[in-house]
Formats: sequence, structure tokens, C-alpha cells
Amino acid sequence: MAKPKLALYWAASCGGCEIAVLDLHEKILDVANAFDIVFWPVAMDFKYADVRAMEDKSIDICLFNGAIRNSENEELAHLMRAKSKVLVAFGSCAYEGGIPGLANLTTKEEIFKWVYRDSPSTIVTNGGVYPQTHTKMPEGEIEIPEMYEVVKSLDQVVAVEYYIPGCPPQPKQIWSVIEYILSGQPLPPAGSILGAGDKTCCDECPLEKKEKKLKNFYRPYEIIPDPNLCLLDQGIVCMGPATRSGCEALCPKANMACRGCYGPPPNCLDQGAKMVSALGSVIDAHEPEELDKIFDQIVDPIGTFYTFSLPHSILRRKQQ
Amino acid sequence: MKQIKIDPITRLEGHGKIDIFLNDDGEVANTYFQIPELRGFEQFCVGRPVEEMPRITTRICGVCPEAHHMASAKACDAVFHVQIPPTAKKLRELLYNVFFAGDHTTHFYALGGPDFVVGPDAPAAERNILGVVKKVGLEIGGKVIEMRKRTQAVIKTLGGKQTHQVTSMPGGVSRGITEEERKEIEEHCKWFVDFGKFTIKIFNDIVLANQGYVDLILSDTFSSKIYSMGLVDEKNRVNFYDGKVRVVDPDGKEFVKYSPNEYLENVAEHVEPWTYLKFPFLKKVGWKGFMEGKDSGVYRATPLSRLNAADGMPTPAAQEEYDCMYKTLGGKPVHATLATHWARIIELLSAAEMALDLSRDPEITGTNIRTIPTETPTEGVGIVEAPRGTLTHHYTTDERGILTKVNLIVGTTNNYAPISMSINKAARGLIKKGVEVTEGTLNKIEMAFRAYDPCFGCATHYMPGKMPMEVRIFDSSGNIIDIVQRG
Repeated sequence: MAKPKLALYWAASCGGCEIAVLDLHEKILDVANAFDIVFWPVAMDFKYADVRAMEDKSIDICLFNGAIRNSENEELAHLMRAKSKVLVAFGSCAYEGGIPGLANLTTKEEIFKWVYRDSPSTIVTNGGVYPQTHTKMPEGEIEIPEMYEVVKSLDQVVAVEYYIPGCPPQPKQIWSVIEYILSGQPLPPAGSILGAGDKTCCDECPLEKKEKKLKNFYRPYEIIPDPNLCLLDQGIVCMGPATRSGCEALCPKANMACRGCYGPPPNCLDQGAKMVSALGSVIDAHEPEELDKIFDQIVDPIGTFYTFSLPHSILRRKQQ
Repeated sequence: MKQIKIDPITRLEGHGKIDIFLNDDGEVANTYFQIPELRGFEQFCVGRPVEEMPRITTRICGVCPEAHHMASAKACDAVFHVQIPPTAKKLRELLYNVFFAGDHTTHFYALGGPDFVVGPDAPAAERNILGVVKKVGLEIGGKVIEMRKRTQAVIKTLGGKQTHQVTSMPGGVSRGITEEERKEIEEHCKWFVDFGKFTIKIFNDIVLANQGYVDLILSDTFSSKIYSMGLVDEKNRVNFYDGKVRVVDPDGKEFVKYSPNEYLENVAEHVEPWTYLKFPFLKKVGWKGFMEGKDSGVYRATPLSRLNAADGMPTPAAQEEYDCMYKTLGGKPVHATLATHWARIIELLSAAEMALDLSRDPEITGTNIRTIPTETPTEGVGIVEAPRGTLTHHYTTDERGILTKVNLIVGTTNNYAPISMSINKAARGLIKKGVEVTEGTLNKIEMAFRAYDPCFGCATHYMPGKMPMEVRIFDSSGNIIDIVQRG
């Protein structure tokens, strides 16, 4: 039997998802043996033209990481969708928009204005011209892709079968998905989350939890927390209750609060809303004013509750 | 006018593209090296609490998150006007040196090395990590994998996560290490030092023993006489984590030595409409275009420029290799772009030695690892050397520590003009009228920028020594008359 064909692609991302795959260490050789890797820009020969020449649905599985930020990302999303039987949104950016998705709190114009005109190290010449998709130079015209106004998750551009969360997905979890696929067992229903647990980060966190009654929130630099006790119990906003399990609570184990990179837990559409409701039930306040006062101690609710998930949330972006 | 496109060369926050224009005589008229993507971190971080920055900015780069994590934490310390405890500083430095050793390893064996170890004109199919393994022996492949595995293990212990670390924060680090962990790390570090020495030996045996390679390194096609930048300690020795930024002119004379908070007096950025990336330059010299020499503000920030800008290495074995390099290449400064590979493995050894020293430091297991800031946050600059160049984070906040301004000058960005110039020079040197443009020609053009280890799309490291390319040659009416493909 022919080996299944595997493709890996990156759009607007940092390369950390690729590193996570390489962090399989010697098992990466097993992946190379088990699959026919037909497209992997970081590690293999490739030409977009070669992918275009493939028959539709001829790639068995495509792991696609990165958000959709510009015209080239979008073009490749459509191309990989057409050529792949199973398209997987791999990592936080493809799944939910990720940290680059925080750009939905600002605008393309604001970004350009700061980067190309106002930043203190920038010297404005040519009247402050921004980068152009087409530029006529003395020798001929040269092009670059168009940056979009809004950052999107992969499934907001094309249909996606599965999601593998994490920033980046933990190598152990990546391996468990690969092992499952290689076992030949029937694939789960479309829309499933793979390579993660079905509980919350708190369920796999070893820190001791007590009944929560919060009167104060602290910013991480303001206190030295007891390393054995739940960070949220100690007043540090931790996204654990609103985050899917799967990472083995790496950040809390290093005395740092969870920031939610494994996405919302099962049966939850919006991670931020889930967190607000989780906090609502642990804040020790009797009057609305008191509640407001305590809640105001969280200085950047949107940035904190939606660090990785803004484009995919019900908020999606800042209103124009 | 003919146009040659090299697209994609490699990923550069998207992927990079080189356009080569030929004149009617078939010679290179100009080259353009374009960066097709911008994510906008500087703007969308405004409004975030400053203490989140060491965790947010790691996502600028998944290959060198450690560099952003450290520059960011240092900028945060400065914003809060806080001195971190000695143990915290040593823990950060330990993590950082281990990262440097691992990062330089992967570049040398997987990306830059194959050109030398296997040879620049070897068939593309062999010019990769597997080719390196074939040439120097099977156990090498295993060793490189083990080096990555061990460095990642230490980084996970110290940083909380192996990719996108979380432990450095304003005032120190969130987690210390136990004596048991220290012992384990010390064992790893001993292994790193041996690996560094072994790598130098491979370089000596294969590259330096081959006069053809030495000639190639020293050839004018691969030379750029420009300013060199690098971070130095109080004795003007190379330091990756801390110190002042020193710049030497093309003759090797100190031009300036500045503290992080003076960076704006010294570095500025030029904008071109045909690319999303800016071109940093020395402000006091000025932007004169893509020009070499003392009158042009273009500078390099690479392993080679760090060695040029310093008076020596902070560790003994690396110092020996430093002396050897300058002796072999005819004294300081060295402008041969390809010597960057040599400088990189000297840094690898130095980072390993530094890490070993730190792992044996009696303070490293200390429990005082955080200083709680008490002053009102204002503004701060943090600078470290990323493997690919001086990395500057500059934050301004309101009195609550909410970011109002963020300015970043990122490792590879420093080198955007020199890389563009190196490509231009290589293309001019290699593409001549009546000479067929072959796959080998393309590889040599690539070698000009691969030496910089460009981290535009950072995982470039793991490319097996060659980048897929397509060169299309157009006639003056825009018809394709020839296609050279490889990959």
C-alpha cells in the first residue's frame, strides 16, 4: 500500500509549530518513514507550482499552521484545502488566530502609521510612503502580498476537518495524533479537537486548590506566590479554568499563570466569556459596586482573556 | 531588460523573494530582496500590561523565542527601575547561553554547514544535513539530534516550556532550580563544551584544510566592508545577555559604545515602499543607500560582527579559536561574509563554556530570585544579542504599567541592508553575459545571505541546506525565455 501523503504549511506564524514538530527528535525519522511528505517548505523541496499541479484531494493530510493575515496566506489556504482530503488547523494561530490575532484590536492603518512613520527610530523619507503591493522601480515592477485589515483563523477562510491546539502544540501530543493516524483507526468526526484533553488545564494542574473567595487580584510581578498553591486562589489571573487540558499545565508548574493557549474547553464557544463566568463565581463580593471594584483590578481583560483566541471568539475584532 | 526571480528563497515571515534585473548586455542591473509580511506586534501590544511582554513577544519568533523573552524581560526591569537578584540574572544567562549553543548548532549542521562540509558545487540532493552525515560519519547525525534534545531539555527546566518560555518577568525569574536540577544541567553543559570542541575540529579538518574553501571565504564576491556591531562586557569581550553595544568602523576602530537607553541616538531605520521590512542604519553616519564603506551607515550584527566589535571572548577555549581565526584570515576586522560560519561555531563553544561556568556557580541554586518592583513604571530599553543580531526592545508605559509605545529592532532586521548588498554583489560577481545561470550559481547567491542565518522565517535553520528556487529569465517584452528550477 502506498504511504499516506502528508503536507505541512505555515501562514502568518512564528515558526514555533515547526519547531514543535522537530522536537519529536528521533521520532521525526519515523514520521518521514511512515508518510510520503509531499510539501513542507521549512524542511523539504517545494514549489507552489508543484502543489498546483497535484490532483484535487491527492494529499491525505495537511497540517496547516499560522493565521490568515495577507493575500498570500489566503491563497495558500485555498490551495491546500483543494488538494487535501483532511485539512488540520495546527496550533493556536491556525485554530483561533493566536497572538498575531491581537492585531484585531487595532487597524492596518494604525499599524502602518506607527511602523513606517511614527516609531521613534523611523526616519520618514519620500513623504512617508507605506509599502505598496506593486512598486515601479527603474528596472521594472516588483510586488509583495497585500496585508489584510483583519486577522482570521483558518476555518474562517476555508473548511477545516480538525484542530490541534497549543502555542505550540506539545510534541507529545503531536506524536499521539500521528500514532493514532498510523494505527489505521477510523478518524473522529469532522470538527473534532485532536491532540488535547477533554477537561480543563486546572484538571491537570498539580497546584493545590481550595475554595476560592477573591477580594483582590494581583499582577504577576506584584507578589511572590506560594509555589504549591493554585495561582488563581492567590489572586493571580490564571486562564486555567477556561482552557482545555493537554499541555500538562506547564506554565503553572513554572509559577506562571496559564494564558490559555490550548483554547476553550469542550462545549465552550468563547474562552473569554467562559473566564468571565469562572471569575464571577469566585469573586467574593456582595454589592455590584464591590464586584466592579475587584474586577477593575484586571487591567486588560480583552488582552488577557483572549490572548490567543480573539479572531475566533464572538468578539472577533474591534469595531471600526 | 531581463528579470530573474528567485521566489521563494526561504521563509521570511512568509517567504522571501529576490528579483534580479539584467540589462541588455546580460549583466546585473539591480537586485531586490523583498520581505512580504508584517504582523504588527509593535502596534497591537499597545494597551497590554507590560509584564505580559516577555510572554507575548516570544511569538515574534518560534526559533529564537529565548532572545525576545530575555530582551523583553530586561526592558521590563528597566521600565520598573528594578535591579534583579544575582541568582535571577545568572539563571537567565544560563538559559540564554544554552539556547545560543543549541541554536548555533542547528545552523551550522543543517543550514550553513552543508555548503562547506559537502561542498558548494555538490549536487543539491546531497547538500543537506544527510549529506553532512554521509561525509563526516553516521554518529554525527545522532550527536546533532542529541545536542538539540539536551539543549531543549535544559531550556524546558529553566524556561518552563521548551518553546515560548515563561519564567523571566519584571524583577527576576519565576522559578529557581534545585541542586538536583543543577547537577543535571552541569552534566549537559559538559557535553555541550565537548560538542563545541568537536564542531571546531570538524570545521578545521574539512573547511580550513581545503585551500579552495579558504579562497572562497576570502574572495571579493563574498566580502562587505561595513561597520560591525555587537554587545560587549566591561572588558570589551563578547557577551550575549548583557553589556553595552559597541560598533567598530570598517577599519576596526571603535566608532561608538552605547548603553541600551542610548540606542535612539545611534540607530535609525529607513523605509522603502517595495518591502515590509525597514533598513536600520547608524544614525550618526546616515543612510546613503546600499553602500559599503565608512561614509555609509550600513552595519552588520552577526556572529562575525560581534567578534569584530569585541576585543576577545569571555572564555578560554573560545579565545584560542578567536585568535586562530583572525590569524588565519589576516587580522581584524574580517569582512568576509562566509567567515560568519566560523565565528558562529566559536560563539557556540563560548556559549557552552559560559553555560558550564554558570551551572557551577554557587549562587545558581539561590532562592532569592525575584525583586518586587516598587517604583512607578515609565520607560525602558532591553538589549540582548540574538543569534542573528543585536535585539532591542523599547517600551513606554503609563503609570499603571500599561503599554503606550513599543519599538523593536529585531536581530535579522539589522542585517537587511547588508544581506541585500551581499546578494547584489554575489549576483554581479556570478551572473555574466554569455554564462549560463545554473543551479550552482543560484546556490552561491544563496550562500551570500545564508551566512547571516536569516531568521525572517526562523525555522529556516532546519532546511536541509538548500532552498528551493525558480529563476525565470524574461526578455524585454516580458516573455519567459528560460527557467532554471531547483528544489
